[in-house]
Amino acid sequence: MGNTLRLLGLALGIGFAVSAPAQQPIKIGLLVSLSSSLGALGQDMHDAFMLVVERNKGRLGGVPVQILVEDDQLKPEVATQIVDKLIEKEKVPIITGITGSNIMMAIHKKVVDKQVFLIGSNAGPSPILGPQCSPYYFHTATENGQRAEAIGQYAADQGYKRVYAMGPNFQAGTDTVAGFKRYYKQKLLDEVYTPLSQLDFQAELAQLVAAKPDAVYIFYPGSWGVQFVRQWKQAGLSGKIPLLSTSTVDGINLPALQDAAIGVGDGSFWAPDFNNPASKQFVEEFEKKYNRIPSQYAAAAYDSAQLLDSAIAKVKGNVADKKAFMAALKAADFRSVRGPFKFNNNNFAIQDFYRLEVIKDSKGRYNLKTVTKVMTAAQDAYHTQCPMK
Amino acid sequence: MTWNLLVTQALNGLQFGVVLFLLAAGLTLVLGVMNFVNLAHGSLYMLGAYIAAAAYARSDSFIVAGVAAVLGTLLIGVVVERTTLRTFYARGHLDQVLATFGLILFFNEAVRIIWGASPVYMRPPDAFSGTIDLLGFTYPSYRILVIVVGLMMAGGLYLLIHHTRVGMLIRAGATNAQMVSVLGVNILLVNTLLFGLGAAMAGLSGLMAGPIFSVQPGMGDNVLIAVIVVIVIGGIGSVRGAFYGALIVGVVDTVGRIYLPLLLRQVAERTVADAAGPALASMLIYLFMAVVLAVRPQGLFPARR
Repeated sequence: MGNTLRLLGLALGIGFAVSAPAQQPIKIGLLVSLSSSLGALGQDMHDAFMLVVERNKGRLGGVPVQILVEDDQLKPEVATQIVDKLIEKEKVPIITGITGSNIMMAIHKKVVDKQVFLIGSNAGPSPILGPQCSPYYFHTATENGQRAEAIGQYAADQGYKRVYAMGPNFQAGTDTVAGFKRYYKQKLLDEVYTPLSQLDFQAELAQLVAAKPDAVYIFYPGSWGVQFVRQWKQAGLSGKIPLLSTSTVDGINLPALQDAAIGVGDGSFWAPDFNNPASKQFVEEFEKKYNRIPSQYAAAAYDSAQLLDSAIAKVKGNVADKKAFMAALKAADFRSVRGPFKFNNNNFAIQDFYRLEVIKDSKGRYNLKTVTKVMTAAQDAYHTQCPMK
Repeated sequence: MTWNLLVTQALNGLQFGVVLFLLAAGLTLVLGVMNFVNLAHGSLYMLGAYIAAAAYARSDSFIVAGVAAVLGTLLIGVVVERTTLRTFYARGHLDQVLATFGLILFFNEAVRIIWGASPVYMRPPDAFSGTIDLLGFTYPSYRILVIVVGLMMAGGLYLLIHHTRVGMLIRAGATNAQMVSVLGVNILLVNTLLFGLGAAMAGLSGLMAGPIFSVQPGMGDNVLIAVIVVIVIGGIGSVRGAFYGALIVGVVDTVGRIYLPLLLRQVAERTVADAAGPALASMLIYLFMAVVLAVRPQGLFPARR
């Protein structure tokens, strides 16, 4: 709250000084899960977004902005109330963030039907890429399952015959396992989905061991991942069965996981060791300001702020001209931390995917290292179902 | 399905059960003896976990963390009882529910302010971070520690209630509080003691649960619901009932979670079974409670009067 007020003051002050007719700041709703099992993801998304806003002294695209930060607690009923408040009372033209797929499924239609721009920077549940795609929706991360496609390909290449898959029982869990299967192309030994409130996986691990898999694929972001990987180690499984994952080991979880995560494989569109100027600047500024390694969630949120920055500049702050703002967003005229980035027909990114691995970096921290590029200019599996051109 | 696997899952159920018991014992005593509905019991569990995690991070000693968690929640419990809850003893259950619900919101926000919204992690003590061999299969040693501590507490509580003078007063207070106070016993002091004892056990439960679940705001809310199911099944006011009830709920929940989806796959399509199985499994303990309430409304192991 204090931050918002300070920013507002800053934004108003500068806005008054620069533009002759005192310009109202553009209100942007930043809706993330700051508490719950995905709280750390939401925090990274928030911090990375604010990094851009604060670097630009409270402005995006040269125009003062007021960021309204909201915590949905990963509860759809809380999120819909917040969205009502943002749209009806605050009259925001733009909402961004969205950590959990259950939240995205609850608010997507509500927001785009009101012709409010929704810039998603994490949750990418498959239905909103296909038939439910909207010209008011843009996305700077990936479809949920795409990261898993790279790992599925890897599992097939390794010749694993008995793969056991696990994830939380919601859209993102089933989407990622579907993505894994798309490129693994064989029948899974078993797939198990656990309730969102569950953090103790001991009983499921016992079943898993009894099934004698060659390899295990998991999707457990946030504190689910920390608990799963630690319990995996406590059950004496690390080093015995290869553990493949997406969104489970990253800047958020590694400080808690430490050596329990060494050797765990991951797949993503970005890693902190990317060797391009935009990524280097992002990692350096993020680490300096927040004193931790940014995650892929931070990277996607950082890109969403850069995207807004570029698009607001193109329309000179007139986001009320929806057609023009839509075209400005679609142009994606910014330097993404992942290198090449452009929007597909469904406003999801066409981008490259990499296989990553947990290592100890040169500063002695547990970090992710890029191993190989698995896919180039990959499109998501659902874009053909989207009627937009 | 092998014998080993079944034993492992039974142990998992037992381990979840004893964590529930540590919480249920305090709640059932307060409800049965003081006739007071304390929804904030889950908050004491959460505070215990937070205090333990903070003390463990500073001291690097699990024993220090344990002492801090138990003493910390004992102190918080006594202070809350003296300052807030005591005024609600004479009021109706609805007032008590509202007041203690307010306390839940207060404590959830308080930990959010002090420790932040993101989860805090706690690792098991180094001596218990591996696995041990149990006749041909391995089991995480920390979980064995949880089971042992839980069973020891159950034994200790039995001795306290049935073989000490304080226990006698507690039992007498449960039967007729007014008569006990007429006989010259400071029943308010007994109540404070009882509340503090319940709080300390909730803190201990939070300590033991810390390394298994992540420590986060609102972590007590979900477990509180399971604990209420436990005391309803076991019989309100009965520590024996809380013990058996907790073990039953622990085993039903764990075994149901694993085997119900497998069972459903035999009779339904794979996709239907995968979707319905976990949902049905999470309902299982409530269905069980409904059956108990219909057949034996006083609970399976009611307090002996």
